Amino acid sequence: MDLENQARIKELGEKHGEKELVVILGSSDPDSAELAAETVTAGDPTYAGPLAGVPLGLPVYHIMEEEIKFQVDPQVYEEQVAMMEMVLDVEALIEAVKRMREEHSKL
Amino acid sequence: MNDAVIKGAGYVLAHVPNLTYELGSTQVMERKKNPDSEYLKKLKRHLRNYEEALAYAPFQAYIGNITPDELSEIPRPWYEGEKIQPVREGRYGEIVPEDEFYAWMLLVDTFDLVWLEDAYLAELRPRLEKHPLIAPPDLKKLGNGKSRAEIEERVEAGGAQPLYLGDRLVGCVRRAHELDENLSAHVIAENMATKASAVLALRHLLAKSGTDPQTVDYIIEASEEAAGDMNQRGGGNLAKAIGEWAGCLAATGSDTRAFCAGPVHALVHAAALVKAGFYKNVVVVAGGAVAKLGMNGKDHVAKGMPLLEDVLGAFAILVAENDGQNPVLCSDSLGQHNIGSGSSPQAVMQALVAHPLERLGLKLSDVDKYSVEMQIPEMTEPAGAGDVPTANYKMIAALAVMRKEIERSQIPEFVVKHGMPGFAPTQGHIPSGVPFIGHARDLILTGKLQRTMIIGKGSLFLARMTNLFDGVSFLIEKNPGRSDVSGVGKDALKKLVADALRQVAANLAPAGE
Repeated sequence: MDLENQARIKELGEKHGEKELVVILGSSDPDSAELAAETVTAGDPTYAGPLAGVPLGLPVYHIMEEEIKFQVDPQVYEEQVAMMEMVLDVEALIEAVKRMREEHSKL
Repeated sequence: MNDAVIKGAGYVLAHVPNLTYELGSTQVMERKKNPDSEYLKKLKRHLRNYEEALAYAPFQAYIGNITPDELSEIPRPWYEGEKIQPVREGRYGEIVPEDEFYAWMLLVDTFDLVWLEDAYLAELRPRLEKHPLIAPPDLKKLGNGKSRAEIEERVEAGGAQPLYLGDRLVGCVRRAHELDENLSAHVIAENMATKASAVLALRHLLAKSGTDPQTVDYIIEASEEAAGDMNQRGGGNLAKAIGEWAGCLAATGSDTRAFCAGPVHALVHAAALVKAGFYKNVVVVAGGAVAKLGMNGKDHVAKGMPLLEDVLGAFAILVAENDGQNPVLCSDSLGQHNIGSGSSPQAVMQALVAHPLERLGLKLSDVDKYSVEMQIPEMTEPAGAGDVPTANYKMIAALAVMRKEIERSQIPEFVVKHGMPGFAPTQGHIPSGVPFIGHARDLILTGKLQRTMIIGKGSLFLARMTNLFDGVSFLIEKNPGRSDVSGVGKDALKKLVADALRQVAANLAPAGE
């Protein structure tokens, strides 16, 4: 994950904590989704950024997971995300993020 | 309608493994962070030689020796083994080797900044003399070179950027200012390589389309480089700097910048200038991006592949007034990503693909081929970015599903029929929509293609000035021919016929008396 983004998430995570903050990913590739999910839960596995060794344990979801999808106005979802649902490997994306969430998220 | 036409296209690659090692931004950053880097040590063993680059099938598609459809028939990985005839000259241009490319950098240098060793230039000269696009005045301009001692001194004490061929120091690019980082040897080397590759592409375009350079009225340069000094970092007008070395003495020009979308914006500008009657012949040209050489090199090396991002890409396209023959750039087909369009992939594709077709009453399947971001998939897949053109085609197919033009199960079929494999190097603006224009022109002229959509997209956030996305698109279609001759033209034609008939009648009259 981009080092600037890691710094921003670290600051927000430390300020609001895991009960007030949810990370929603829009990654198009399962590997990068997993990496991002791991970074905001267990810490940066590449040990390159500010979240190296910082297990924020934030709840993390992919936008296409039902928990998030059904909270979005269906019309907005249709306009913004529905097309990508047909293009991406949704199951693999969800599986990658869910695995990290269940393993490392504090909630 | 009197839309502008695509009258010709030139495409050039410069195979530059040493520039890749010395000046590619991934390598430069690595050297700064970790001078003893394992990656840099390994990298040299992964660099391809010239013959291997020539035998790389996507490069042969880029210079026009095979079509993208023919490329799709060649099994991947394309980098393994020789699956295609390695040819230097292509229908649209050539793949120039690095040793000669240094000479092109010297040729287009007007400030005595590029120095090449005398002995090296002497070795190179017989080959340069045979190059069809190097004329006697060019050979004179190259001069006799500098001594090795002078070059070594500049590199060791004068802040010059060394130019190597393997371990051999053959020249250098000198800095143009002691303190101004915009004129450092590194930046000058980058800009000179951009300029040199663009000049070569422009010369190929002019030669292959049989265009007199003096008939070019205007040049739009559309790379992603910034040429300027500390008081105007991106001052620009590389356009005139390039045209000067291709004999376009009657042309003026300017630069257009929009990250990777720059060339497609520039083509729209060119077509508008021609259609409005300001100019008859406008060239859109861009050279390669040195910084992007070996951009994904770490992943290529880690996966045991050759470093594939070892070429600079360049192109030049001639947009001219309607001749009734060449394919037209349809002015009523513009697609654009507006400031208010939204940045989700869906919003972008709606704006660029669906909206313009809807306006014209066309279906997505009415476009024979889409030219999207045409990066060679083998270059991006190892880095986790996937097959970029295919991802774009899937998005267009998904739009067709949403518009109920096709079933969801037909997405793969749509992708094959309306798409093509990526065949352009990951040089930012180079793969963005424009690589297919040369092929499209030929396919349309030979009746194998009716209509193509050229799509350019750009990631504006990289400059940290906006989070907006960008993109622009247009259709290129078969020229309807002389049916669009204006009313005045028709009247003139009627008068000609009437005059001819009168002459015939006059000639007949005496015979009848």
